[in-house]
Amino acid sequence: MVVLDIETEDGQREALRRMLTIRAFDTKAADLFSDGELPGFVHLYVGEEAVGVGACSALESDDYITSTHRGHGHCIAKGLDPDLMMAELFGKANGYCNGKGGSMHIADVDAGMLGANGIVGAGPPLATGAALTSHLKGEDTVSLAFFGDGAVAQGQVHEAINLASTWGLPAVFLVENNQYGEATPVEKQHNVQNLSETAEAYNIPGFTVDGMDITAVYEAVKEARKRAVDGEGPTFIEAETYRYHGHFEGDQQPYRTEEDVAIWKDRDAIETFKRRLVDAGTITEDEFDEMKAEIDQQIEDAVGKAKDTAYPDPSEAYEDMFNAAVPEISDFSSGMRADGGEDR
Amino acid sequence: MSTETSSGTGPDQTKEMTIREAIRLALREELERDDDVFVMGEDVGEFGGVYEVTGDLVEQFGEKRVRDTPISEAGFMGAAVGAAATGTRPVVEIMFSDFMGVCSEQIINQMAKNRYMFGGKTEMPVTVRTTEGGGSGAASQHSGTIHTWFAHFPGVMAVAPATPASAKGLLKSAIRSDDPVIVFENKQIYEQQGEVPLDDDFTIPIGTASVEREGEDVTVVATQRMVGESLELAEDLAGQTSVEVIDLRSLYPMDTETLVESVKKTGRLVIADESPLSYGTHAEVATRVMENAFYSLDAPIQRVGVADVHIPFSPALEEEVLPHGSDVEAAINRIV
Repeated sequence: MVVLDIETEDGQREALRRMLTIRAFDTKAADLFSDGELPGFVHLYVGEEAVGVGACSALESDDYITSTHRGHGHCIAKGLDPDLMMAELFGKANGYCNGKGGSMHIADVDAGMLGANGIVGAGPPLATGAALTSHLKGEDTVSLAFFGDGAVAQGQVHEAINLASTWGLPAVFLVENNQYGEATPVEKQHNVQNLSETAEAYNIPGFTVDGMDITAVYEAVKEARKRAVDGEGPTFIEAETYRYHGHFEGDQQPYRTEEDVAIWKDRDAIETFKRRLVDAGTITEDEFDEMKAEIDQQIEDAVGKAKDTAYPDPSEAYEDMFNAAVPEISDFSSGMRADGGEDR
Repeated sequence: MSTETSSGTGPDQTKEMTIREAIRLALREELERDDDVFVMGEDVGEFGGVYEVTGDLVEQFGEKRVRDTPISEAGFMGAAVGAAATGTRPVVEIMFSDFMGVCSEQIINQMAKNRYMFGGKTEMPVTVRTTEGGGSGAASQHSGTIHTWFAHFPGVMAVAPATPASAKGLLKSAIRSDDPVIVFENKQIYEQQGEVPLDDDFTIPIGTASVEREGEDVTVVATQRMVGESLELAEDLAGQTSVEVIDLRSLYPMDTETLVESVKKTGRLVIADESPLSYGTHAEVATRVMENAFYSLDAPIQRVGVADVHIPFSPALEEEVLPHGSDVEAAINRIV
């Protein structure tokens, strides 16, 4: 796999590729959902690509991230395979979670992705814990929590940051301020100008950066990572960004106008980064178009493959609860309960 | 099913100690055995734990592995989940089980669900120790017996020791388990004495009950403090009624086989547990026996527990609501 390092030209092209992959993946997921092909809920990352990719390009491959309900972008940014992600969205046996997790629970611990998460604010304590592992084992790994502006109001986020700060753990807390917590604008949920101001309460550095600019996100996370591995503790970063889709697919979005969305689309992160790379001669317009077509095809293929693969066997519903076998589940699964227990 | 393992290289010796000392011994042995094990919770370090269970462990293992936390149950419970997912084996102390509500999100939606939701691709070797039980005038927010909540919730294992030996053996199994296990320690019996195997590989498999006293007329399935009180009662009744006493030990998974075998022999069952009675641990034991030994029952099953009230403060009221051996005796008299 190409290393995601936006300080090299190859790495910049890879960053652009991952941003395009996120957009193609989630745009396709929106279509599939509206066509009734995907079960459950999907929350899309379109518009926020610079945050996930910028942050992950500042991390090492063995660093950890925790994610959110809006997690597809974090997965792709961390290097997960869109084929296996798409299979998971379809609930197929070869998906990342063998079909047990779906969109909101994609995880790949070996790749450092500790899980998308259906509970707003639950990720930061997990990142604090992963950072505690690094601290206990003396490893130079860092844990980064992605969480939304809405999560900043959650008590357990405060607890996670306080713990990481008090213990000096190698963690980075990255708020994706996409301007809305579910259907309510951020200013109705917080009484501060910038969410990064809250960092002061933990005696850690706090920055607000332009989340539509991949370089700004990269620079901030790179600096935060350095502080973390140098034993200087966590950093709080707020990336100002925008969610082009609703909170969930099907959201009628009465809380904003098309004009509101258009203002942010004018500053589109992919367009901005592409323009920068074209101007620098890192990529040509033709090469960009070719890359985009290739990615669109890759996502089409992922859908095709996902549709063609098998659903899990129903008996799989009784697997994976515990490492150890428990009779409560295995007896039920083997039908003993259904047949009645006692020999008369 | 209820065979204790005692296979290590240590001497085949026992020593009399309290439940508190047995728990501390288990922690000490596991901290010595495995560098990935660490302990964290409120005041577990220099202070030694509010019930003096962790004691002097910090002196031997240092503040890094015996960590004092802020009063921040959700934060450090979540940190335990994240730490376990990335290769350590946290042992978390929640000072009172009444505080489990404060961190239940991390227990219920993260610790209990991650392995399943991720298709089995992560392990969750978290041990949670917490205290339960009334009897010290601590009132409703520091006296509850809440283990049914978590024994009920899929994805966590739950154990509840009644003797020093089981306190050591169950806790060591919990720490060595790759699954999340909550150990519910009744705080009224921390001073209870008993013989404890010194073998540092002595463990008691989770999911096994123990027949503590054999009998013919009635089976008493008890937990925690009620085990000791039931054994005393059985001794008192010897000659009149032959009482078999089983220490349930493991709430989930539950050793249905041992319970059923006993009731098939005695035909009568009393369940004694300090939980509230409705929708409880008693009901689970009763159901399993009825599913598997209905035609062996000679009398209605009896439950001894706390009525559906909270534990009150005044000694006069607290004494009224807590179950004792006398309540077990009354239950036996109703059916024998």
